[in-house]
Amino acid sequence: MSSNTAPRRSADHFVAPVSETPVAAIDQVKLSGQRSNLWTDAWRDLRRRPLFWVSSIFILLFIVVALFPTLFTSVPPNAGCQLVDSNAGPSADHILGLTKQGCDVYSRIVHGAGASLAVGFIVIALSGITGAIIGSIAGFFGGWVDSVLMRLGDIFFSIPYILAAVVIMSVFSAYVNVFVVALAIGAFTWPSTARVMRSEVLRVKNSDFVMAGTALGQSRLALMFKHVLPNSIPPVIVVTTLSLAAAITAEATLSFLGVGLPSGTMSWGNDISAAQSDLRSNPATLIYPSLALTITVLSFVIFGETLRESLDPKARALR
Amino acid sequence: MVFYVIRRILQAIPVLIGTTFLIYFLVFAMPGNPVQALFGDKTPNPALLAELEKQYHLNEPFIVQYLYYLRDVVTGNFGVSFSGQSVNDVLARTFPVTARLALMAVVIEMVVGVTIGLVAGLRKGKLFDLSSLVISLLFLSVPIFVICFIGQFFLGFKLGWFRTTVGADASIPNLILPAIVLASSLVAINIRLTRGSVIETLNNDFVRTAYSKGLSRRRVIPVHVLRNSLIPVTTQLGADFGILLVGATVTEGIFNVPGVGNTLYQAIIRGERPTVVSFVTVMVLLYLVVNIIIDLIYAVLDPRIRYVK
Repeated sequence: MSSNTAPRRSADHFVAPVSETPVAAIDQVKLSGQRSNLWTDAWRDLRRRPLFWVSSIFILLFIVVALFPTLFTSVPPNAGCQLVDSNAGPSADHILGLTKQGCDVYSRIVHGAGASLAVGFIVIALSGITGAIIGSIAGFFGGWVDSVLMRLGDIFFSIPYILAAVVIMSVFSAYVNVFVVALAIGAFTWPSTARVMRSEVLRVKNSDFVMAGTALGQSRLALMFKHVLPNSIPPVIVVTTLSLAAAITAEATLSFLGVGLPSGTMSWGNDISAAQSDLRSNPATLIYPSLALTITVLSFVIFGETLRESLDPKARALR
Repeated sequence: MVFYVIRRILQAIPVLIGTTFLIYFLVFAMPGNPVQALFGDKTPNPALLAELEKQYHLNEPFIVQYLYYLRDVVTGNFGVSFSGQSVNDVLARTFPVTARLALMAVVIEMVVGVTIGLVAGLRKGKLFDLSSLVISLLFLSVPIFVICFIGQFFLGFKLGWFRTTVGADASIPNLILPAIVLASSLVAINIRLTRGSVIETLNNDFVRTAYSKGLSRRRVIPVHVLRNSLIPVTTQLGADFGILLVGATVTEGIFNVPGVGNTLYQAIIRGERPTVVSFVTVMVLLYLVVNIIIDLIYAVLDPRIRYVK
């Protein structure tokens, strides 16, 4: 009968030759090629994105402007201001016009870049590093250390940082300079970095390769520095970039409220604040410093966002 | 649920103590003798000085002074503003205006932000999506006072659509421009949140199931996709409130809206430190309470929150 002659499936298995299986493809992977990691993957993605390049070029440009303002303008920002020229329009010597005090708007913008960027970078140097250290200690030790540090962070986190900075600045109004402003902003922004750092450390600490490291007999501290921290850093860098942008905005807001940098210091916030009474007669003196501020903040925000999307495979899929 | 409510409120107590302590510590660190300052340039009678210091507990150690202050805060006594009015009286007059403005901003934020975010999420990568992303990034980056001035100059002064300042009459039509300005950065945040959340929700199995049941797009998008995408937007409301408080200070100041924010703004501009401190304290307390309420609402909406340890 035909049913009896058919081969019985359970008896013998069909095994495909190696050349027809995916094993062949796996065997062909070149091990000598360049190793890929999170950063090289992100870089491969980043360098194809125009927004990344545009924002980086603007950031570099503003840093160069802040460091060497005299390269970009030969007009002194304060000396030689003539009240006769108050609120005068643009001319060949003063391409963006003049302020109420008869000072060159463009020159003041160029010379004001330093204060704004300095506050931004000092804030992330203070609050970014403090936050990263506290977050990694909390994540690494866990238990009561974690609880204490994070509850402490909650307290700082539940005061909106600009309101906190307003209080600090009005208390220390006698000792205002770039560092004090940066300290006032940074004192209440560190918990956001700490939270990200902690959750990243917790995530990486529980991953398989760290367990493998433990199984191989590595000490906890060595694991922490060699494996956990390097893998926890990327999201922290993203948050830091975004908080740099927020710090620059915060400085301008404080200066606008009159509790930021002293009015003698050239900064975009002070220029905008000084120009507000002439909004109707000479909007240019308000709009140009605002534009400089906006482009700077936007560059850092876009830089941070493209970095975030490139570092996170999930976010890459969302695009 | 009751257990969760109790736990959430208990969690808030150390934060409340901590924040008031921080603010009080900052004020304590303020240089100068506040009683001496009452007399201006005159030299006060030492006996009177001692009596006043005793009255304001300034002769007590720091921690005792703080406990007196905490008692005042808990019993709702926020002290006297610089001009001699009690802070509670000022609050009673100004709070309704700010609440109206904030509510208008939240409505604009939710309606505009969620709608644009939903459409952008549904048309991922299309022109609408890209342009809404660029615009929202722009609004996130422009400081609120710049948006205020630009709105005041173009919409109020050049086009004449709105009044440039509000003044005493804080009725809803007069508050439209300040509310739009106040909502602008929140709208930007909401667009981005909703968009990301919609894209994520669209990939879920239950959306595919809904379509394969034969449901129309008209039903799936609002009922299945939108409702599930709103969870992160609701969570964000708490943080939004902090942005609203700071934004209201600047916006009310620039548009001269007679609200809590404007009172704080004027106090900051004039350097009236005691008023600044009492209003910041009030705002921080409000922020804490609103965040507790939002967490509780959130727990009602999403049962998963209640059971997570």
